[in-house]
Amino acid sequence: MNARSRFINWGAAVLVLALPFATHALLGQGWVRILDFALLYVLLALGLNIVVGYAGLLDLGYVAFFAVGAYCYALFASPQFDLHWPLWVLLPMGALLAACFGVLLGTPTLGLRGDYLAIVTLGFGEIIRIFLNNLNAPVNITNGPQGVSLIDPLHVGPWFLEKTYHVGGIEIPLVINIYFLFLVAVGLAIRLSQRLEGSRIGRAWAAIREDELAAASMGLNTRNLKLLAFAMGATFGGVSGGLFAGFQGFVSPESFTLQESVMILCMVVLGGMGNIAGVVLGAVLLSVLPEALRGLGGLQEFLFGKVWVDPSNLRLLVFGIALVLMMLLRPEGLLPARARQREFHESQ
Amino acid sequence: MSRSEVSQGGALLKAVGVGKRFGGLRALHDVSLVLGEGTITGLIGPNGAGKTTFFNVLTGIYKPDAGTVHFSGEPLPVGRPHAVATRGIARTFQNIRLFSNMTVLENVMVGRHVRTHAGVLGAVFKTAATCREEAAIAASARGLLDYVGIAGQAQRIAGTLSYGDQRRLEIARALATEPKLLALDEPAAGMNATERTQLADLVRRVRDDGTAILLIEHDVKWVARLCDRITVLDYGERIAEGSPQEVLAHPKVIEAYLGRGAA
Ligand SMILES: Nc1ncnc2c1ncn2[C@@H]1O[C@H](COP(=O)(O)OP(=O)(O)OP(=O)(O)O)[C@@H](O)[C@H]1O
Ligand SMILES: [Mg+2]
Repeated sequence: MNARSRFINWGAAVLVLALPFATHALLGQGWVRILDFALLYVLLALGLNIVVGYAGLLDLGYVAFFAVGAYCYALFASPQFDLHWPLWVLLPMGALLAACFGVLLGTPTLGLRGDYLAIVTLGFGEIIRIFLNNLNAPVNITNGPQGVSLIDPLHVGPWFLEKTYHVGGIEIPLVINIYFLFLVAVGLAIRLSQRLEGSRIGRAWAAIREDELAAASMGLNTRNLKLLAFAMGATFGGVSGGLFAGFQGFVSPESFTLQESVMILCMVVLGGMGNIAGVVLGAVLLSVLPEALRGLGGLQEFLFGKVWVDPSNLRLLVFGIALVLMMLLRPEGLLPARARQREFHESQ
Repeated sequence: MSRSEVSQGGALLKAVGVGKRFGGLRALHDVSLVLGEGTITGLIGPNGAGKTTFFNVLTGIYKPDAGTVHFSGEPLPVGRPHAVATRGIARTFQNIRLFSNMTVLENVMVGRHVRTHAGVLGAVFKTAATCREEAAIAASARGLLDYVGIAGQAQRIAGTLSYGDQRRLEIARALATEPKLLALDEPAAGMNATERTQLADLVRRVRDDGTAILLIEHDVKWVARLCDRITVLDYGERIAEGSPQEVLAHPKVIEAYLGRGAA
């Protein structure tokens, strides 16, 4: 590593560490919360990236794994069954359970590709949500549409994240504690993704993505490798689900709609499928941008002295236009993976 | 190179009565082929004769409607390409099918997959065993690139190689799976005379290093010089089998190639 890139790395690290404090001081709690959610989305997008970016399998039901992780945490750490299991048990459990669901989803879709695969996975996502919605009778498991509330707040050993700490005169409230917990999770997820990508397995995924028939003819067990991709991607979803449940203190089926799946897919595609930096950028942009666009109301008032268009409508419009423009001007994503960039330029 | 090598080496591949239909089209009918260890066998025939279809049946891409295939004395898995490759048959494709956005080296490294073991845990924890294996994969892949004569291109993107080099790369990738039988579908297509000679040398070298070869080719003279045995297909049926001299003198073969009346 040369001096320049070391400098950039250190700069980035300081920025990431100082960001929540600066945001808290300048913009308030609400914006730090938005950053927390951005990190959660980064985690989800990195997971989906394994399935879509590495193995080339289009998955429109990814939010199902997020839901599985969230309910796993919610049911085992809340008054619902009066169970209060700790984080270090529930996160791995959620990841494992999500992986099982990944295999469950993967198995019937193995022969499918592209649009067909997207439709089946979309259905799977909806099935999970509808199950969660209806598993309140005859035996009440999920509490139906009301969801599960009073979920135990997150704590890692002696670190209780809902407490406000004071370190050398600096206030560290819940939202900043959460920021750092999620940051650790994202760091691990990035590391994991990098190692998978550069491994024998990652290479096999890339080969399947490029030419499945040739890959199989070279002795790659495409069935197992695809299931592995689904399972690995799902674990990220399961972990972020658990973190989400603990942070929110409340989960309900409403949080796990198709729209969420589409949003996560947009993050991966817009950022640059298969490239970790791109996926992170995509997730941060798409989770922060819609919030920032709420300011459009104030802007109108400033410019025209009056709010002409309801900002909540306008912001979705602007968001949509931004996405369409993006896909027209840079279809390979903001920071595309090397291989993807070539794919796009080849076909032009 | 004596013709009796076939009887000396045991039968490596034994296909009996293979049949394959596509709807009303009889792409293969009652095709049998025996191939000995250490031999180069040619599969020739006019366009649409069923040569590629035979390869696809052999390598598990199609399931045959009839017939059996034995490899090293045991039945070959049916309809499971990866299992066939594991058993020791590797192939190249008539329309080159490289992983064209990956590097040349990575393509060959993928070929090593089937003979290596590192899994997810090894990758995630970067264990010593995994690192060692990864280094070995890269080293043997480089060795194979050198073997086929494109070592200098290792870091290039596979899709950007010249046509001839792409064909060589496909061979290197196939050899990486340590096959006992290498099946080449028109490896010389699109090559000039010099490249063809080099390719023939490479094929002989692979054979001498212990891998039997089954190859499809349209250039009859080139095949005749290279092969120990030749099987001829026409309209999905085997019309001749034997040494190059026998086969090329066969009236049915002359008829198939030159049209009726020429015989
Ligand atoms: N998947 C398929 N579906 C339908 N028909 C097929 C299929 N594959 C091959 N065929 C037909 O089977 C016949 C044999 O084709 P095949 O590709 O095996 O010929 P070939 O001997 O390899 O010819 P060439 O020298 O042109 O490569 C052809 O008529 C072809 O159209
Ligand atoms: Mg053919």
